Amino acid sequence: MNDNIKQIKDPVLSIRNLSVSYDKGKYAVKDVSVDIKRNSVTAIMGPSGCGKSTLLRAINRMHELYENIETTGTLILNGKDITNMPTIQLRRMAGMVFQRPNPFPTMSIYDNVIAGYKLNGISLKRSEKDEIVERSLRDVTLWDEVKDTLYKKGTFLSGGQQQRLCIARALAFDPEVILLDEPTSALDPIATAKIEDLLVTLKENYTIILVTHNMSQAARISDYSMFMYLGELVEYGKTKDMFTKPRDRRTEEYLTGKFG
Amino acid sequence: MKYQHKQIAKSKLKSRTIKDKAIRVLVVLLSVVTISPIVLIIFKLIEKGYKQISLDFILKTPPNSYEAMTALANGELIPGGIANGITGTLLMMVVAAVMAIPVGVVTGIYLYENPGKFMANLTRNISDILQGVPSIVLGLIAYIWVVKSITNGYSALAGSVSLAIMMLPMIVRSTEETLKMIPVTIKEAALALGVPYYKVILKVLIPTGFSGLLTGILLGISRVLGETAPLMLTALGSTIINLNITKPTSAVPLLIWEFYNDPNMVGLIWSSSLLLMAIVLSLNLISKQIAARTK
Ligand SMILES: Nc1ncnc2c1ncn2[C@@H]1O[C@H](COP(=O)(O)OP(=O)(O)OP(=O)(O)O)[C@@H](O)[C@H]1O
Ligand SMILES: [Mg+2]
Repeated sequence: MNDNIKQIKDPVLSIRNLSVSYDKGKYAVKDVSVDIKRNSVTAIMGPSGCGKSTLLRAINRMHELYENIETTGTLILNGKDITNMPTIQLRRMAGMVFQRPNPFPTMSIYDNVIAGYKLNGISLKRSEKDEIVERSLRDVTLWDEVKDTLYKKGTFLSGGQQQRLCIARALAFDPEVILLDEPTSALDPIATAKIEDLLVTLKENYTIILVTHNMSQAARISDYSMFMYLGELVEYGKTKDMFTKPRDRRTEEYLTGKFG
Repeated sequence: MKYQHKQIAKSKLKSRTIKDKAIRVLVVLLSVVTISPIVLIIFKLIEKGYKQISLDFILKTPPNSYEAMTALANGELIPGGIANGITGTLLMMVVAAVMAIPVGVVTGIYLYENPGKFMANLTRNISDILQGVPSIVLGLIAYIWVVKSITNGYSALAGSVSLAIMMLPMIVRSTEETLKMIPVTIKEAALALGVPYYKVILKVLIPTGFSGLLTGILLGISRVLGETAPLMLTALGSTIINLNITKPTSAVPLLIWEFYNDPNMVGLIWSSSLLLMAIVLSLNLISKQIAARTK
């Protein structure tokens, strides 16, 4: 395990001894320590229920709202300990995109992009807003498709467009990392391909952590991969290495379709 | 052999289609039974009440018994209207809504936020019981709480309190149900942007569920709009237009009851009922419209 940590210099995110339990004593994530490389796509793989979502959500501390969930360990993002940082500050640095596109149904496309500012009561000048909206929508290649309908509800867009809008909403805060939990599992192949291309371009400016069920997706777009099993991080390394010569028997069995 | 099979299958099919038809006819019949009361009521009210409906009917107060008798004797329409009832009903509805909506919505949010908690379950059950309390009992309670101790006499406020208690459980329920229908993912989207929890409720959940909340409130209002019994013990009634909440006040259903008890005024019960019915129906239609448009 320690080998995994050492191979990455100047990581954007360091996770140390992270454990999460929903029921006392039952760990959904068990003592995970890992460093995430800056400006890369890191995939989290593993069979259903192995703790991928739990790990991802622990990074921006989504669990805090639920009293029954216990999280221990340390998270260092960009050199700062985020374990006790105010959530608004943390979530500006770590944006999140969910499995199902979830634009705010009461808001226009424009307002959805700057929702983070609006809902937190951060006031911006009109020109600043316009700039953020255009930059974020251009980043997700949605600008040309929606620039004439910015004031229509975001929910009128297609599923793939909605998901790109949700990515734009996360980008509007200019985060360090973007956490995505199976962002394409509700989309058709064409929309999926667009999002995959997008993630590859986005890594120039952001670090991307992607939970995926889809091994070929991980192989196509990720630079690093984690394989989790029963809450443990079994294997972590360059995606190429993991797919060609997995070190752990369980990784190999998963990748060859023996389970999951 | 084969032939016989076919025969049996055919006869089975036949009996099945007959059963199908019978059930379909039954369903249609029962639906007619269900909708006929409302249709008959509306027809009756229009038939007997339309003559009295005029601008005066909305703008003037009722005549006294003698004036009504004279008009009847001359074969004329009863003069005057039910302006005191309309303003009284409006006044008490507004005051009741102002009291019930904040309490009901906040309680509904509490129930939504704490599913399975003991206090939440207790609150939900009590709210359900409250819904079943006979309205006359709520009138008595408001009589003790308000008439006897706050306004020292019959008052619109007392009427509003009894109506507010009636509306409360409906608003609580509809708020909770509306919030439950909002996908958790919407809530998480806001939380993932670092929005504090209370702001998620105020700025995301309530606006998203707004039409549902409004529908529940309008239905609650239309439900208590025609209440008469609790008002007899609280607002009492008044022959003049009253906008002071500490004074006795009339209401449309109270007037209907008063007209019913005066042989000279009986002619006014149909037009008053028609108006009341029209308001209740429009509120229902409006809330249905809101609910449908936002689906
Ligand atoms: N809210 C919860 N309460 C209790 N247990 C939970 C909760 N969420 C997840 N779990 C449990 O924690 C474990 C890990 O769940 P998690 O959702 O992280 O898995 P996953 O790898 O994302 O699975 P999937 O691929 O199906 O999304 C599972 O055993 C699951 O049953
Ligand atoms: Mg998951």
